[in-house]
Amino acid sequence: MSGMRGLSVFISDIRNCQNKEAERLRVDKELGNIRTCFKNDKGLTPYKKKKYVWKMLYIHMLGYDVDFGHMEAVSLISAPKYPEKQVGYIVTSCLLNENHDFLRLAINAVRNDIIGRNETYQCLALTLVGNIGGREFAESLAPDVQKLLISSSCRPLVRKKAALCLLRLFRKNPDVVNADGWCVLNTLLFQFIDVPFIFSSSYAYRADRMAQLLDERDLGVLTSSMSLLVSLVSNDYEGYSSCLPKCVKILERLARNQDVPQEYTYYGIPSPWLQVKTMRALQYFPTIEDPSTRRSLFEVLQRILMGTDVVKNVNKNNASHAVLFEALSLVMHLNAEKEMMSQCVALLGKFISVREPNIRYLGLENMTRMLMITDAQDIIKKHQPQIITSLKDPDISIRRRALDLLYGMCDVSNAKGIVEELLQYLSTAEFSMREELSLKAAILAEKFAPDLSWYVDVILQLIDNAGDFVSDDIWFRVVQFVTNNEDLQPYAASKVREYMDKIAIHETMVKVSAYILGEYGHLLARRPGCSARELFGILHEKLPTVSSPTIPLLLSTYAKLLMHAQPPDIELQKQIWNVFKKYESSIDVEIQQRAVEYFELSKKGAALMDVLAEMPKFPERQSSLIKKVEDVEDTADQSAIKLRAQQLPSNALVLADPQPVNGTPPPLKVPSISGIKLDHESASQTQSQPNGDLSKVQSQIPSADLLGEMVDPLAIEAPPVDMGSHQRVYREEDGIPDEVDGTAIVPIGDQANKVEPIGNITERFNALCLKDSGVLYEDPYIQIGVKAEWRGHHGRLVLFLGNKVTSPLTSVQALILPPAHLKLELSLVPDTIPPRAQVQCPLEVMNIRPSRDVAVLDFSYKFGTSMVVSAKLRLPAVLNKFLQPLQLTSEEFFPQWRSLSGPPLKLQEVVRGVRPLSLSEMENLFNSFRVTICPGLDPNPNNLVASTTFYSENTRPMLCLARIETDPADRTQLRLTVASGDSTLTFELKEFIKEQLIAIPMGSRALVPAVPVPAAPLAQPPSPAVDANDPGAMLAGLL
Amino acid sequence: RSEKRTQKALEGKMGIRFILMVNKQGQTRLAQYYEWLTLEQRRALEGEIVRKCLARNDQQCSFVEHRNYKIVYRRYASLFFMVGVDDDENELAILEFIHLLVETMDKHFGNVCELDIMFHLEKAHFMLEEMVMNGCIVETSKANILSPIQLMDKAH
Repeated sequence: MSGMRGLSVFISDIRNCQNKEAERLRVDKELGNIRTCFKNDKGLTPYKKKKYVWKMLYIHMLGYDVDFGHMEAVSLISAPKYPEKQVGYIVTSCLLNENHDFLRLAINAVRNDIIGRNETYQCLALTLVGNIGGREFAESLAPDVQKLLISSSCRPLVRKKAALCLLRLFRKNPDVVNADGWCVLNTLLFQFIDVPFIFSSSYAYRADRMAQLLDERDLGVLTSSMSLLVSLVSNDYEGYSSCLPKCVKILERLARNQDVPQEYTYYGIPSPWLQVKTMRALQYFPTIEDPSTRRSLFEVLQRILMGTDVVKNVNKNNASHAVLFEALSLVMHLNAEKEMMSQCVALLGKFISVREPNIRYLGLENMTRMLMITDAQDIIKKHQPQIITSLKDPDISIRRRALDLLYGMCDVSNAKGIVEELLQYLSTAEFSMREELSLKAAILAEKFAPDLSWYVDVILQLIDNAGDFVSDDIWFRVVQFVTNNEDLQPYAASKVREYMDKIAIHETMVKVSAYILGEYGHLLARRPGCSARELFGILHEKLPTVSSPTIPLLLSTYAKLLMHAQPPDIELQKQIWNVFKKYESSIDVEIQQRAVEYFELSKKGAALMDVLAEMPKFPERQSSLIKKVEDVEDTADQSAIKLRAQQLPSNALVLADPQPVNGTPPPLKVPSISGIKLDHESASQTQSQPNGDLSKVQSQIPSADLLGEMVDPLAIEAPPVDMGSHQRVYREEDGIPDEVDGTAIVPIGDQANKVEPIGNITERFNALCLKDSGVLYEDPYIQIGVKAEWRGHHGRLVLFLGNKVTSPLTSVQALILPPAHLKLELSLVPDTIPPRAQVQCPLEVMNIRPSRDVAVLDFSYKFGTSMVVSAKLRLPAVLNKFLQPLQLTSEEFFPQWRSLSGPPLKLQEVVRGVRPLSLSEMENLFNSFRVTICPGLDPNPNNLVASTTFYSENTRPMLCLARIETDPADRTQLRLTVASGDSTLTFELKEFIKEQLIAIPMGSRALVPAVPVPAAPLAQPPSPAVDANDPGAMLAGLL
Repeated sequence: RSEKRTQKALEGKMGIRFILMVNKQGQTRLAQYYEWLTLEQRRALEGEIVRKCLARNDQQCSFVEHRNYKIVYRRYASLFFMVGVDDDENELAILEFIHLLVETMDKHFGNVCELDIMFHLEKAHFMLEEMVMNGCIVETSKANILSPIQLMDKAH
């Protein structure tokens, strides 16, 4: 390096190191040397500092930790001479991130350089801020940076950097609002699309500013301004329509090569990068209204589509094709005329068969994007043979694209062909692709199966070819199908029987075969080689090869085979009993328990028949596999699916909770199977359990318990429970006339002069906290319903006051007692509600700042002449209503998480007395109040990581992050960490989450003592009949 | 797709996430990140990417998908240039941007080689600094990119 001999020597030394160890020694020596110099020599010259700081950067680049000397690097920023200053800037932006304390120290020096007269210094400072500037930089520097960007006296070399610097500052801090300047932009950057737009005047203003920037002639400034525009419109294109014609003009200028300086022409192509960026910006506008702009744009696009030739020079070819591909994607976006579209498909069709691998790759990638356009599918299908060829391309990148495209274009008409290709490819595909391949093949087979036997064939082949890559979901699913389709059962049984003859089969094949043969093997009894004894023999051969989780499954199958053996086979019974006896003392509890229980059961004869009866049909569910792929593919949609799932009742729980139908809640909670709490609250959480996810059911209900409870009373020779008497109790209850039913709700006594609410007010409120419509209050005369809509920090809550009786309700009064953080405006409430009429009263809500306080509605009315009824009702305008679900990827989550480094923005607390929830229940709980779980982010499976956006007037949309570390050994405690950019919000959200997690006695429970307990306990012991209604749990139990 | 884009933009869509120069032996010669990764993350990422790219041959395309990134890479003699971008970035534009970077270095060093970058790391950084900022392309004119460096050389 020029003038830094010591540095060159060091680099040479490193280069000459024979191995990593030698390199480490040399680096350690140098680090020690630098450290000593920094420590001892206080008066280090800027030159020396510069030299050492470069060494630090070098060492950092080699991958070694440099945890000192940051101060020295930062201090060089204020050095008087350019070379030192430059080093200071560059090394600082490489070594530090925006949250580094030392960076704050530099703010002043950086600002001095920005507002100073020296252009070169300005550039250095703007670049640093543009690369690593954080919130504090945004607050103190934004106005200066704007000034530079729009200043006419500033040269392009400064302005182009100011544009990108500004982009960073707005992203970092939405609050730097400069009354009438550029900074208003930030409101836009952080608006979500669904927030009604309020600041229309400033909107037009900044759009004008942006449009003005696009009038720039200098292509450097235009390039960075275009990046700024892309970021702005990618959030919200509205208001930027004035930029649209300008973009088209820029594109025309470039495409026609008008007034493009030579230095911006790349291999004869006018700045391909600016062309690409401009077309990208245009893709964020939904349509182009103005006909003449549209015409001009299509002319340019047509010219690009037609005029891009393949040339010899690689660079020119790449550059022109970069422009061409962007044009294709813009044409697709604009949904151009059919003619132009088919031109695009034709081009892509050509691309996917060329020799040039880059073009082939991009052809496939863009064809996949094209699938989203209606009508395009049929044309794309014509290229299927070529795409299948690409599935065998020597390049994995191209194979992946081909797989994606095939998956996307698959439908009933071509499923057979495509799936068979995938299966064939599976045996040769590299490991990294097999899991994805097998999942996709399974999904396509399920989605587009022309007949179910083909589906079974495909899945079995899949397991046979790539068992290691077939997840449990896949074989659970085939079992579901077989169970639900009687026609399929003998076929599936005979198919798996065939596979059992193979010499070596995958363990998953053993599992699925054992399950199917246990259930339906008897359907094959007359076929050769399929008697119960033969089936047992061939299955039992596999037992020594399987792992212990599979053994319980085999034991279940043996018990079933034994039961189905007709006529009873004493020899088989002997063999199977021997197996059971052998495992009676297994150290695996699951195996031991099953062996003991099946052994005892099989001695019972008829009882065996009952307990081991064929599995009932599964409720129709969405495939968990499709969900799995959806999860990966679109997080936005996923949250919608989750929300919908919350509203659906869960079959599993409804069936497991044998409540009397007449509506009287049992005063004592029914102890459910395996001890799941079935009170109101846990039921509402489990409701959000996605339908059809078998693995979740499994994790929720420990299989041992279920099976244990099923057989326990028999196995331990307990006196059989008299089921009949309990059922009689029910019948008697059912027969009780309605008036008695009524007294259960409205306690007798006060009834004469006091109106009692129907239903539990607390429960109603709690329910409304998680959903947006329902009954808030009800008594014999009135019903108050609520329907709410939430948008950002605004809400609109409509109260429906319904008079239930045939005389008017008078002196109706509704008073809102607002907490300090909410602005509430209730429209006029009429004094009288006519008989049988319903009145709607809208209530506007605005959230000013984060708080958990609750608004109260003080409501009263008069019935008849003397009776005044009044109630104080909490309104469900609670903190979580101002949350928007947001799921982050790890790339998005971790930088934010780290940037919020400690109190008061990040708070941590160990929470004790937590309701015992399984991890999946906890996930559902979080999702239900719109704090979205981000699965897979935390490497520890016992931890959850979640994110959400909070809206209030003061905080603006604010990202909130949370982490929950659970202790598998003690479910009643966990460590909760909450972080956001606002300390009050962090605190309130933390407390809110805590409230949700801690067991709060439910209103209904509190009422229990008040209600006379009927003599006959309703606590019904779990009966096999109940369990049998829950196939998910049953299957889980048997696995 | 548009919703996805919105979410990404909110988090700061960048385009270019990092630029790496690595030689055939897998030694890093230059690393510039436009998003903050810890040292461990960098080491792991570089290791994985280098392994993937080095294993590829000339008949294969210049794009490798890795985690959430798309790696656009190009080989010049012993040196690999790798750029990590968002998956919807225009790949060919990035590929030629690499070439522009190399041409710019060529113009300055005259037939640039690995050693030039190694021993003049600061200059390589200066050039990159002029070309990319916050993950966006700032300048594509070689003359403009090199003018601050020339200014400094003159001062010496």
